[in-house]
Amino acid sequence: MEALDLARLQFAITTTYHFFFVPLTLGLSILVAIMQTIWYRTGNPVYRQMARFWGKLFVINFAMGVVTGIVQEFQFGMNWSEYSRFMGDIFGAPLAIEALLAFYLESTFIAVWLFGEGRLSKGMHLAAIWLVAIGSNISALWILIANSFMQQPVGYREVLDANGALLKVEMDNFLDVVTNPNVLVQFPHVFASGITTAAFFVLGISAWHLLRKTEHHDFFARSARMATVYGLIGVVLVILVGHLQAQHMVETQPMKMAAAEGLFETEDPASFSLLTIGDWEQREEVFSIRIPRLLSLLAYNRLDGEVKGINDLQAEYQAQYADRYGPDANYRPPIAAIYWSFRAMVGAGFTMLLLAAIGFYLILRDRLTSASRFLKVLPFAIALPYIANTAGWLMTELGRQPWIVFGLQRTEEAVSPNVTTEMVAFSLIAFTLVYGVLMVADVYLLAKFSRRGPAVADEEAFGGATPAAATAR
Amino acid sequence: MDLPDLWFVLISILFIGFFFLEGFDYGVGILLPFLGKDDRERRVIVNTIGPVWDANEVWMITAGGAIFAAFPQWYATLFSGFYLALVLILLALIVRGVAFEFRSKDENPRWRRTWDWAIFFGSAVPALLWGVAFGNLVEGTPIDAQMHFTGNFFDLLSPYTLIAGLAGFCVFLLHGAVFLSLKTDGVIRQRAEALAERLWLVVVVVALALAVANYAYIDIFDEIGVNPGVMPVASAAALLSVGYFLRQKQFGWAFAFTGLTILLSVATFFWFLYPNVMVSSTDEAFNLTVNNAASSQKTLEIMTIVALVFVPIVLIYQGWSYWVFRKRVTVESRLEY
Repeated sequence: MEALDLARLQFAITTTYHFFFVPLTLGLSILVAIMQTIWYRTGNPVYRQMARFWGKLFVINFAMGVVTGIVQEFQFGMNWSEYSRFMGDIFGAPLAIEALLAFYLESTFIAVWLFGEGRLSKGMHLAAIWLVAIGSNISALWILIANSFMQQPVGYREVLDANGALLKVEMDNFLDVVTNPNVLVQFPHVFASGITTAAFFVLGISAWHLLRKTEHHDFFARSARMATVYGLIGVVLVILVGHLQAQHMVETQPMKMAAAEGLFETEDPASFSLLTIGDWEQREEVFSIRIPRLLSLLAYNRLDGEVKGINDLQAEYQAQYADRYGPDANYRPPIAAIYWSFRAMVGAGFTMLLLAAIGFYLILRDRLTSASRFLKVLPFAIALPYIANTAGWLMTELGRQPWIVFGLQRTEEAVSPNVTTEMVAFSLIAFTLVYGVLMVADVYLLAKFSRRGPAVADEEAFGGATPAAATAR
Repeated sequence: MDLPDLWFVLISILFIGFFFLEGFDYGVGILLPFLGKDDRERRVIVNTIGPVWDANEVWMITAGGAIFAAFPQWYATLFSGFYLALVLILLALIVRGVAFEFRSKDENPRWRRTWDWAIFFGSAVPALLWGVAFGNLVEGTPIDAQMHFTGNFFDLLSPYTLIAGLAGFCVFLLHGAVFLSLKTDGVIRQRAEALAERLWLVVVVVALALAVANYAYIDIFDEIGVNPGVMPVASAAALLSVGYFLRQKQFGWAFAFTGLTILLSVATFFWFLYPNVMVSSTDEAFNLTVNNAASSQKTLEIMTIVALVFVPIVLIYQGWSYWVFRKRVTVESRLEY
């Protein structure tokens, strides 16, 4: 492997790892804020307990999200210096704005919330958790604005060198960059996936307690009902927006769609693949079960319409970019990985829709807390949003290959020329090892506090307040 | 003032804020295993910075983001060039941040000891390496005509940069000890006060070494002559005042003046660096400057508006959070971490 491959692998590992923690932060911050708001308005102490207990799990997860996020900001310069030179004029601004608008807000008010109970009025303490929720989601918005430029460059102008070759891109219209059509579908999708992730996280842990009939029945029954409704809203939204996203993708990044569908030849009307085994070397399908017209329907909301295939797009791009990359350059992304990522994401998404719908039906029948067969499934279902989130990003980023910035810069042009294979290998191994150890500690703590239930959350908050209490433990 | 110059000043301010705030965080983290004799005392020490360390660290992230937005070439050359140093800093910051959050969430003494050492190393490594990195910016590193760094990790370690690293490390230690004397009570406070006095002498010696090294190793002499100007002299005076206030047991003033020492030292650094942002030891013509490394006028205009609106807001609420948590932390306090 060369430095380029290792740098890509490192980006994939560190980003995927970072994104294990981000969606839960996005969704759970809002849910905890809602719980605390209900307590604030009704005075019912169980909601205070809920905000505390789920808040405790929230901060454990939050810490991991924060520290792994630092790597993201440094990594562009470290491994992708030529990308940073090429794109810095446009890409740096949203990153700096993210720090200024979101990171200060989150980091200041998570501390105010965590350490401030009893020192602040109830209203201020409630405002603090809402500011954390708002800060986290603003952060997601700005990083997605940056990512959207890579998917669909807008609002820029090209700067050419003395030979007329493309040297870099510069900001032409900031408003266009911020209101990129891509981010208008991408942000709601990520936002809703955060809601879904938090809902299934809360639902899984609540189900575990309800099954064991621990003493906190009322606490977890309420949590489960709340999470079911929250999750149903989230998953419906995520699927609806996902549909819009796919339609947007057909227009702006048809190669990604073709790869996601294993569609080698252009079709009109286009069929939807249930299962395609392809010969990735020969670039043709070997075996395929397809539903006629469904892909056209998904792409255009009607029963016909052309969806371009991989082989035609490859020929098209070869002609279009021949002057920059020669006539034989490859524009095919890694098809199998994208095809299966897409299926994992959609499969997990619809499974969650089914579960949320069943849960909602059981709530209406007032049988949610006694439906033991359904409850038994839910702790395992915590994996579903994580699968969907990871697969979704793999598809998004792999599907853009070989471009790092679609149509403007290829990934191999973006890597730092002075960073050697040994250096990347060292950092890759070091990050992977440290991340592995931290994951064990993180899961250990989450499991421990989840199992203990809410009483412990109270004891931790107020217990150990005196040296006597500390030694008593 | 041209926008690239303005952004050079803004980035200097972000680094001043970062070293002022995270400086005592690092100091507290390094002192943790030594000033806290039992677990309860170590919890007190961690909780003095518990509500503030994360927002303090954001100053660094914002400085990094601002370099990226305003000087992409600087960002690209610096981050790819100082690669391994940054990997070490990142690893340190990762384990350190998690350690604050995790250490007291389990009663097992081994668990807690492990995270305490994570806090120690997580604070000590960046405290040392930031000085090394800044030393390299003025001393110069091999950079070619394409703005690519052509050296390796060991090129970054010279006598000058190591002295700069040590100086930063010691100042942060002192800053942290004085901070602890303000934020704790009882035995920890006594230990911190006593240590601060002794540390001050060490800092003076190291600062003197750095002053000599400035003339011996880098070409400051050619640029400014023997008289260094007001700023570094004021910085030295601030450091000397710290010793006076420590002796008078006026720790609030001592903290203000360790802070002032940091502010003036970082300001001096950027003052000497200007108009360069990175010096090339290969050829002066290859220096990265505020002009050849800057973003377009348009991007700088947008970023200027954003900064002028939001930096004051951030300062207000971050300042407010310090006011909320102004009380001393003692073994009797309710401890979150």
